[in-house]
Amino acid sequence: MSNFSSLGRLADASNFHAPIDISAADPSQLVVFLESMLRIRFAERKLADGRRDGLIGGPVHLGVGQEAVAVGVSTCLRKTDRVFGAHRSHSHLLALGASVHKLFAEVLGKETGHSKGMGGSMHLWDQGSGFFGSVPIVAGTVALAVGAGLAAKMQRGGDVAVAYLGDGAVEEGVVHESLNLARIQGLPVLFVVENNLFASHMHISIRQPKDATARFAEANSIPCEILDGNDVVAVARASARAVERARDGGGPSFIEAVTYRWYGHVDWRDDIDVGVNRSQDDVANWKARDPVLRLRTAMIQAGLWSDAREAQLCERLMRQIDRDWQQALADPYPGAEALLDRVYSSIKPVRS
Amino acid sequence: MTQRNYGTAILSAFEYLLDKYPEVFVIGQGLWSPWYVGNSMTDLDKKYGVDRIIDTPVSESACTGAAVGASLCGMRPIVVHPRIDFMLYAMDAVVNQAAKWSHMVGGQAHPAVTIRGIINRGGEQGAQHSQALHSWFAHIPGLRVVMPATVADARDLLIASVLCDDPVMFIDDRWLYGQTAELGPVVERDLRAEGPLCLGVGSELTIVGSGYATYLAMQARDVLATCGISAEVIDLRVLNPFNPQVVVGSVSKTGRLLVVDGSWRTCGMSAEIIAAVAEHLSPASIKAMPRRITLPDAPAPTSRVLEKIYYPDVDQVAAAARSMLDK
Repeated sequence: MSNFSSLGRLADASNFHAPIDISAADPSQLVVFLESMLRIRFAERKLADGRRDGLIGGPVHLGVGQEAVAVGVSTCLRKTDRVFGAHRSHSHLLALGASVHKLFAEVLGKETGHSKGMGGSMHLWDQGSGFFGSVPIVAGTVALAVGAGLAAKMQRGGDVAVAYLGDGAVEEGVVHESLNLARIQGLPVLFVVENNLFASHMHISIRQPKDATARFAEANSIPCEILDGNDVVAVARASARAVERARDGGGPSFIEAVTYRWYGHVDWRDDIDVGVNRSQDDVANWKARDPVLRLRTAMIQAGLWSDAREAQLCERLMRQIDRDWQQALADPYPGAEALLDRVYSSIKPVRS
Repeated sequence: MTQRNYGTAILSAFEYLLDKYPEVFVIGQGLWSPWYVGNSMTDLDKKYGVDRIIDTPVSESACTGAAVGASLCGMRPIVVHPRIDFMLYAMDAVVNQAAKWSHMVGGQAHPAVTIRGIINRGGEQGAQHSQALHSWFAHIPGLRVVMPATVADARDLLIASVLCDDPVMFIDDRWLYGQTAELGPVVERDLRAEGPLCLGVGSELTIVGSGYATYLAMQARDVLATCGISAEVIDLRVLNPFNPQVVVGSVSKTGRLLVVDGSWRTCGMSAEIIAAVAEHLSPASIKAMPRRITLPDAPAPTSRVLEKIYYPDVDQVAAAARSMLDK
């Protein structure tokens, strides 16, 4: 039996509660990781509150608990790389350094948002930071990322494309076509599966015969790694290897990061009673595998961090997030002309 | 002037684009084979290399999605689907992604992708080697839908489609490949300014078509002329965004509208044309009830006997026109 067909102990939430191994990591980078993860978490909690309080009209798919994946991957990327996300992509966007204020404005449907208030939480775009777009159609951007990799290969600039997808997305046929196409064309694409064990309310055990999606990478001869997605250092290290391989012309890679979302599929509730096998105990165990807690504890144990510094950092981040939220609430909505003016490129001259 | 047929006119558009624009590439199935795309892409792989003329695995969905993705990164891909039927695997990439992207991201990014779908029917191939789905695509805001009926348009509208920043569904028809014409040098056009055109002036009746239906309309116009009937033919060319002005102007002059459409009747393009005229002209200016000739609402048959009934022909168009004039 292949090594890539089972998540093994990673799927058992009673494991991997200990602080992560930071012995090989650069201490200053660890602080950056911690800050980035906390910023994402605080921003998403703000969105959870805004949705609960009725200030946000549309659905928000929150990834609290999964922050280490995007932060670990993004640390290996540059602004000219091309990142594509899905329905749960706030972290993918923010980890690239994109504006929190513009995310809030977007989710509130404001003209100042990343997508000028036309996309909401599920259609995010910020090309300046390398975020080429996210959509809620499951697996909808996977082939687009492959095409971004194809463009990068033709443009010969050494850029890479990243496709974030979930364990549910591998149940879509286009993912298999995309893996095959990326491999046969030798494209610089990093497939990052955030396996959080659930597609909406359905646990992977009742959707797939095996719980490791990396088996599909292996089937397409794509180098792959299965790792603890709540270990930011492990994610960063694996991503660095994959990105370097892609920039050097070595073709696609596949990372399966095992993680868990603390909230339900959509919005701010826990949805304990909705998911099969999602018990209160499971959620509690997964919260003990917290990527933030395990990093900060490791840093404190190594003498790199303190409660006081953390309190200071959290206060600074929260203050900024509150400001961003207030500003976004006050920002204007798109004008009525936006409805028709943005359907086609009519505002932009056709090349001739 | 160069003598071209419809197929080699498309070939010359590819050559023009690939020569002049390094960001253009072509991806799809059968591109390295003489089999799939008639004479419209002969030897492009040899001339421009297999890295730019990419023949692919049997993966319409991923290849179309990849073209959309590449188009968001500064490339101008042309995806080729040698039969539209097989392209249906790629509908998420076309309808959910390419068509929506500009609007969803606030007009900040545009998928400059051209999707070439070929209508390749008849010859007892049956229901899944036959479809003309332009009416579907014309229903989708964000897609431009182009159907060249003439040799000149086969070349020039393909070039305009690829140079346009929006996603374009370019639909050509193998039944038109035999047409020939003398073509002058290429003039790059702005697709946004292109729309329906009058191909033959007339005074008693307006016949509207697109693609092969326009060809039938022009043939019927000649037949009608021999019976002393003056028919005007409007070729739609660009079905979405649809500009009804030329059709409405023509019917306001002739008072009679006959639509010929190569797709099905229900919710088809023919209904849109008649609705546009009904909305814009007063009943007093209409001299006869509008008529339409379409496919029957059935999948394409295989048997040649049924095929003959299924596909409209020139006689049918001419007969319908005569009945509208009681001639």
